[in-house]
Amino acid sequence: MLAFADLVFYMFAGLLLTSALGVILAKNPMHCVLLLILTFFNAAGLFILLGAEFIGLLLVMVYVGAIAVMFLFVLMTIDIDFSVLKEGFASYLPSGLIVGAVLMAELVVAASAGIFSGARLTSLPAMPTPEGVENIRALGQVLFTHYLFPFQMASLILLVAMIGAIVLTHRKRDGVRRQNIAEQIGRTREDSIRVVKVKPGQGI
Amino acid sequence: MLATVGLTHYLVVAAILFTIGVLGIFINRKNIILVLMCIEMMLLAVNINMVSFSAFLQDLAGQIFTFFILTVAAAEVAIGLAIVTVFFRNRGSIEVDDTNMMKG
Repeated sequence: MLAFADLVFYMFAGLLLTSALGVILAKNPMHCVLLLILTFFNAAGLFILLGAEFIGLLLVMVYVGAIAVMFLFVLMTIDIDFSVLKEGFASYLPSGLIVGAVLMAELVVAASAGIFSGARLTSLPAMPTPEGVENIRALGQVLFTHYLFPFQMASLILLVAMIGAIVLTHRKRDGVRRQNIAEQIGRTREDSIRVVKVKPGQGI
Repeated sequence: MLATVGLTHYLVVAAILFTIGVLGIFINRKNIILVLMCIEMMLLAVNINMVSFSAFLQDLAGQIFTFFILTVAAAEVAIGLAIVTVFFRNRGSIEVDDTNMMKG
């Protein structure tokens, strides 16, 4: 008889792999993104099952809240006939299947060879999980002390990515009137005021 | 068939997910956006490996590294989609085969 946690694992893992297959096989790219979101949700479920609540919820926030929405935005903004991009599906399939089969066989054999099970699985933990401390607190205690420098590097990576994305997608538009402060300040009396002698009864 | 879940189960799930990602790159190689999505799935498989080892070895370092992988994945998608947008604006297409301006 399986324990309840095991059944939950099989449910999450099954849904994860099915939706991942859906991502690569779906015809409509919008369905691909939605199935990708389902994939991430199930992975988050697996993480929570493993006791890594923080990473699990972070996955939902970062992947579903940011990355998948960004994919949706880009898919909606570019107006393109996606059926053309599905051409050649059958011609790439055999080579992909061969590479995939070899890769999966190797990975599965390596994972189930018995090296990662039972008594042989011993280690010198780099950061042993403290007893009786919840996951988020334990992570915070390690992240902001031992891993402070990599943490700051991560923020720098995000900053560079943000600047890069803005620089790449920014463009100057024609036909838009903008405030040019330097021009406004640089105005002189001479080029903005003209004194005209107006004769009475004639106008300019 | 359905045995009690151990580390191996998680590793096998991650391996299959990684393979699906690789297969997806092969069969969808005309569509840049789908290729990016498949790269995300491969990174997710790596994350599953990291977290499962972290849980079974009682070692927090794995979860910390998952955090950093997540950061890099987010940055990579931001830049990648920005490039896709610029590419679409210039060429009106997102086909990988159209990226031949540089004749490289």
